Amino acid sequence: MITYLSNNSETVLAALRQHIWLALLPVLLGFAIALPIGYLGVRFPRFYHPLVNVAGVLYSIPSLALFVFLPVVLGTKILSPINIVVALTIYTVALLARTVADGLRSVDRLITESATAMGYRRFRRLIDVELPVALPVILAGLRVATVANISLVSVGALIGVGGLGQLFTRGFQLFYLEPILVGVILSVLLAGVADLAIVLIQRAVTPWTRFQGGRA
Amino acid sequence: MNLSYLFDAAHWDLGASGSIPQLLLSHLWYVILALAIGTVIALPVGLYIGHTGRGSFIAINAGNAGRSLPTLGLLMLMVTLLGLGLLPVLIALTVLVIPPILTSAYAGLRSLDPQVVDAARGVGMRPWQVLTRVELPMALPVLMSGFRSATLQVVATATVAAAVGLGGLGRLLIDGLAVNDYSRVLAGAIVVAVLAVLLDLVLAFAQRWIVSPGLRVSR
Repeated sequence: MITYLSNNSETVLAALRQHIWLALLPVLLGFAIALPIGYLGVRFPRFYHPLVNVAGVLYSIPSLALFVFLPVVLGTKILSPINIVVALTIYTVALLARTVADGLRSVDRLITESATAMGYRRFRRLIDVELPVALPVILAGLRVATVANISLVSVGALIGVGGLGQLFTRGFQLFYLEPILVGVILSVLLAGVADLAIVLIQRAVTPWTRFQGGRA
Repeated sequence: MNLSYLFDAAHWDLGASGSIPQLLLSHLWYVILALAIGTVIALPVGLYIGHTGRGSFIAINAGNAGRSLPTLGLLMLMVTLLGLGLLPVLIALTVLVIPPILTSAYAGLRSLDPQVVDAARGVGMRPWQVLTRVELPMALPVLMSGFRSATLQVVATATVAAAVGLGGLGRLLIDGLAVNDYSRVLAGAIVVAVLAVLLDLVLAFAQRWIVSPGLRVSR
């Protein structure tokens, strides 16, 4: 494995670089889109169940099918990375919209009522009170979405753009174990690092969750 | 892109090899096998961890560790190691279903009111009785939601079996892609999504049926 790595370091690094941005860009885009959608699911309760159902159906579309379809729908080339980014953004939104809605719904009514009593308008209350309180739930969803995206990118290799997944298809075609092993290990490591980063961010931005003993 | 492949009667001929019903059956077969093997492995472990509280570290981290394993990579790794066949596919898919089941079994038991468990012990139940008559029935809603998400995932992911030459609905995607027949790819995507939704409905009904009516009232 070491010899494979030293002989192919450039290929592996290029694959890793592509993998990172193919997986993480959709997380950012999806998060930005899921926040308002999830909020709508809470603001208008009638909207919540359709939201959950649509998200469930979207998530059950096989990634391979979505990767293949988007070029037809978007008019992009089949080898364009945009297809992967859009597909993974759809999955991220499907996962996170529900988490955002659940997180906001889990905020204790007493908290929102106190904020209202203190003179918060709806929007400021959402930004200053509800979102921060819901953050642990939302970030837990973000961890799931990030890790899932990192492992899904490799399926793109079946249509020619898949970061570390290209190491899988190459190794598979040549019946050669090393690239596959390197790809799997790097993919798992990358997911672990990204997951850890979100955990650290969560600890930094929600310090109150660490003092569980102090709650009434 | 159109629905001609899906609605062509010739593709629904039960006898023809590679017809949609045949692919559907083999797809369903992979899904059921993976879910069955995964449940047999994950459920006892999850229940043990949840019941005793020992090794909860494993249960908490199993979820994310399992998700981070790229199924396609694992599958190709297994095929390279073991050769073509059903076994590598089953291993890859089983690895996918274990984490959600294990984690939800653990979370289901942990979410119970400790007083209920204490009361069960107090009336003289043995640990095994506490587990099978109190903890397991009460944890069923959480457990079933884990099982349902495992099912959704495995139905969608079983399509990658076609990438290593096996059957299942992924054939429509891979072969359609290979010959630029998008109508076939669309048929595959639709059948997979419909299958996932139908299985989820079946499980939702099963859940209503097996969960005690006493737990159905929302608190």
